[in-house]
Amino acid sequence: MNKSAMEVVRAARSEKHITGHEIRKVLFPDFFELHGDRLSGDDPAIVGGIATFHGKAVTVITTSRGHGIKERMEKHFGQPEPSGYRKALRLIKNAAKFHRPVLLFVDTAGAYPGKSAEENGQGQAIAQNLLEIGQVKTPVITVMYGEGGSGGALALACGDEVWMMEDSIFSVLSPEGFSSILWKDSSKVEKAAEMMKLTPNDLLELKIIEGIIDEPNDHTTVLKNIDQVLTTELAKLQQLSDDELIQRRYNRFRKF
Amino acid sequence: MKLFQHKNTLTENHIKADKAADDKVPDGLIKRCPKCGEEIFADKLDEYAICPSCDYGFRISAKKRLTWLVDNLDEWDAEICPSNPLDFPNYEEKIQKAQKISGINESVLTGLATIANIKFALGIMDPNFIMGSLGQMTGEKLTRLFERATEQHLPVVLFTASGGARMQEGICSLVQMAKVSNSVARHNQAGLLYITVLTDPTTGGVTASFASQADITLAEPHAMVGFAGRRVIEQTIHEKIRPDLQDAENVLKHGFIDQIIKRQDEKATLTWLLRNGGEYHE
Repeated sequence: MNKSAMEVVRAARSEKHITGHEIRKVLFPDFFELHGDRLSGDDPAIVGGIATFHGKAVTVITTSRGHGIKERMEKHFGQPEPSGYRKALRLIKNAAKFHRPVLLFVDTAGAYPGKSAEENGQGQAIAQNLLEIGQVKTPVITVMYGEGGSGGALALACGDEVWMMEDSIFSVLSPEGFSSILWKDSSKVEKAAEMMKLTPNDLLELKIIEGIIDEPNDHTTVLKNIDQVLTTELAKLQQLSDDELIQRRYNRFRKF
Repeated sequence: MKLFQHKNTLTENHIKADKAADDKVPDGLIKRCPKCGEEIFADKLDEYAICPSCDYGFRISAKKRLTWLVDNLDEWDAEICPSNPLDFPNYEEKIQKAQKISGINESVLTGLATIANIKFALGIMDPNFIMGSLGQMTGEKLTRLFERATEQHLPVVLFTASGGARMQEGICSLVQMAKVSNSVARHNQAGLLYITVLTDPTTGGVTASFASQADITLAEPHAMVGFAGRRVIEQTIHEKIRPDLQDAENVLKHGFIDQIIKRQDEKATLTWLLRNGGEYHE
């Protein structure tokens, strides 16, 4: 019983999903938050810090949509500002200094497209992540657990591996935007979703992602599934030398 | 009341528009500068195609830019054509049209260029090719440009012009941002100079990747440089934004561009920067 692309889109946006908060609470109960980009601010749409994972230190970075309307507005509904990308990069480079693996959890419609974001260099912030994350000498794994929207998601998903939850999407823009730009008709959303190859199955086939994580309704099982994948993949990546890791990362994108 | 009876008002004296005027003036004879509104006789535009009033550089094809920019160019990968990874309907027709207009096969022209005996790797994105959008093969040509430059120990100069990712190629376009960025990083690690010249328009995924990763970032006067589209920004913040928010001049003020360079000065500027901005190559 395969879902249609539009059903996956709806499920990816559904409130039934696990949240960044849950991921931190259950998988990383000793999570210690680190704030700020050391340049201009502290974007609440990105929450990052250090935690232990099966007894070993890791750097954890999650996007955050927030709860309640006030918090959601502050977090721009999980759309990072340039300072959010810069905070993530600061934490990733810090992790590399100590060879601490980086685990990113992404659910964002995209980078925040506001006036302040433009003036503070949204494009430059994302560009810097793409330039530098490819070169860090520590494993970087991304799990997408909802929407993976455009360059704003790619800037947090350009490391060694990207895994997607069964009910998540990753695309160049929303299917609504796609159908309105290409067909000047926002009613062809379902057709757009179908065509865009944004479901985990399509993306796995294109080798854009490494794998799909089963996502039953019960959150305890979902989080256990994430734990299992991360444990296995980290063990694999940690056997590689720094040079092997970076060459592998180069090849990962070079093939497209 | 006298005011209203006065015959000599502006309206009375207004010269009536000649409704047939459009028919009398051949198509394309007059161009309007999209930035300052100045009307320019098209034949007054020289090969640089700049507005005499505000220095805005009109969008020109990569091939036209080449004519005054370099002394010589050996083109690389000229045969590479766009792919259609999503089997997007009617995309081939669109590509053929773009190829006919621009005279190139994909939205960027690349090669080994020479100015004043200085050799460098050059890329010019073409705004006439599906708005310079970043297709999978655009990314491939750019990656090869940086890889060859790294191997041959050459600086890279890249003229950007792009609406961003190419929608018809979906996710395969998006990942080019990371692919090209990785090749820029290797070029950078080899200690080589990278200069970008942002031309109108440089937006979206191109701004958010290789356009913003250079050692020296130049821009043409009034070029639109930004990440999100104006309409999207206005819908997001629920207010109108100032018309020059994404003008290169404003982006410079915020610290993201080194200098605005007029088109006719680009060759001399690049010559100086290629000599002095990085390692020297003759």
